Amino acid sequence: MDNIVIETKNLTKTFGNFTAVDHISFQVFKGEIFGFLGANGAGKTTAMRMLCGLSKPTSGEGKVAGFDIYRQSEEVKKNIGYMSQKFSLYEDLKVWENIRLFAGIYGMNDRQISEKTDIMLKRLGFESERNTLVKELPLGWKQKLAFSVSIFHEPKIVFLDEPTGGVDPATRRQFWELIYQAADQGITVFVTTHYMDEAEYCNRVSIMVDGRIDALDSPKNLKQQYNAQSMEDVFQQLARKATRKAD
Amino acid sequence: MQAIEVNDIKKSYKNKYALGRKEPDTGISFAVPSGELFGIIGPDGAGKTSLFRILTTLILPDSGTATVNRLDIIKDYKKIRKQIGYMPGRFSLYGDLSVEENLKFFASVFQANVQDNYYLIKDIYQQIEPFKDRKAKALSGGMKQKLALSCALIHKPSVLFLDEPTTGVDPVSRKEFWEMLKRLKNQGITILVSTPYMDEARLCDRIALIKEGEFIGINTPENIIANFKKMLWSVQSDKMYKLLTDLRSHPSVDSCFTFGETHHITLKRDDLTTNDLKQWLQQKGHKGIMIREIDASIEDCYMQLAQNG
Repeated sequence: MDNIVIETKNLTKTFGNFTAVDHISFQVFKGEIFGFLGANGAGKTTAMRMLCGLSKPTSGEGKVAGFDIYRQSEEVKKNIGYMSQKFSLYEDLKVWENIRLFAGIYGMNDRQISEKTDIMLKRLGFESERNTLVKELPLGWKQKLAFSVSIFHEPKIVFLDEPTGGVDPATRRQFWELIYQAADQGITVFVTTHYMDEAEYCNRVSIMVDGRIDALDSPKNLKQQYNAQSMEDVFQQLARKATRKAD
Repeated sequence: MQAIEVNDIKKSYKNKYALGRKEPDTGISFAVPSGELFGIIGPDGAGKTSLFRILTTLILPDSGTATVNRLDIIKDYKKIRKQIGYMPGRFSLYGDLSVEENLKFFASVFQANVQDNYYLIKDIYQQIEPFKDRKAKALSGGMKQKLALSCALIHKPSVLFLDEPTTGVDPVSRKEFWEMLKRLKNQGITILVSTPYMDEARLCDRIALIKEGEFIGINTPENIIANFKKMLWSVQSDKMYKLLTDLRSHPSVDSCFTFGETHHITLKRDDLTTNDLKQWLQQKGHKGIMIREIDASIEDCYMQLAQNG
């Protein structure tokens, strides 16, 4: 089963007597676009931090890109990419400097970096912005660039934490086309979003409620199962069951 | 009475226009009658926050005039501040004060009494009251938002300014928040609210669609949709990504965007039938093809207007 790139068994994280992530078990396959949904406070960020090797699980098991998230968190980090809406690129560095920095951190050499930089900027149509400070770019461009930087070192998996929040409708769609392309190249995409139309673009979707995964299937099957018109309906039905008062 | 009136406002930072533009010379103008729920819809960086900060008398426009409750935003700024409530996009309460202390503090700044105006915030504040001794910085996103709204209301403002109150908030909490706004509107409060979520547009009485510092449409949500003149189809097949590129290569297709489980296309000419397109897609190897003529959503309208602008 080497096409499984993420696998968890009863993965759990507690803070004091609060169980943020409660025995979640699931698998994600190579090249899949996997939507990781849930209300604010349902435990998505905590789960994602464990999968990225940034936080140790309290109990349970998890493997990401073939490495144990508890014992081999450094190996996990080398094999994944990460991008969030809140932090993506350094505003005071130029476009090429950001690429150089992140690629360098992931251990790519200068020649690889300069060759790939040209290809990437060309594909994005950003060649004229090579020397532009990132803070000068419109938000939508920043997000597209940040995504491209997060997969620059060709990770097996990329984790995207609400990558399209506040982005205009046309750019949001261009962003998803980049996601499709990456998945086409075999990169697994693990993404959280509050836009329910984006949940429809995923191959499979999980919905977290109070730290548990209460539903996991393709959007089509979930809509059937919950007798819903849209993923928005499915989400509303599930998330309203939450008893956590944290949010 | 007009609760808000804006005439030809422009604002630039270091020669970069946040609102309006120089060439061609344009500013922002609109009016909001008393008691209306008016939405400003557009992405980050479109100028929403600059507009809010001007109307709440926190920054000055480069040119143009504006009034709130018929008071001038420059001359009468002190009077305006007493009559409005403002919830900024960024959480701006005191993290080291408790929930209750924050509420009391904001009431006292406006020389208001929590008991007198409690009826106005009761619905909202009750949900966070069990945590009234918790420090504001330790609250979750949804609770912070409820506390911020309570603090913005506690002096009984007649005009409420809410800058992106639902950004980053999950769909369930967003729905609840809009239900709260509806109840406030029923109390007679004028509300100016901004959001990047297009689906929230239909919950407003009227909306302005904003792009790069300019309004590209201002009307009721129903009329914005009614003004979408092009034929719009939704298309589905078993290979959605290939479908996107195939549709874009069709000579009669004008635009094609992903919309959840379907793609939306507009047509250059109206002589193409759904059957023609279906056959064409079958030849390209698509199966399970579904094509339907549909009504536009606000998001379709925004993209159409943004493209033309």
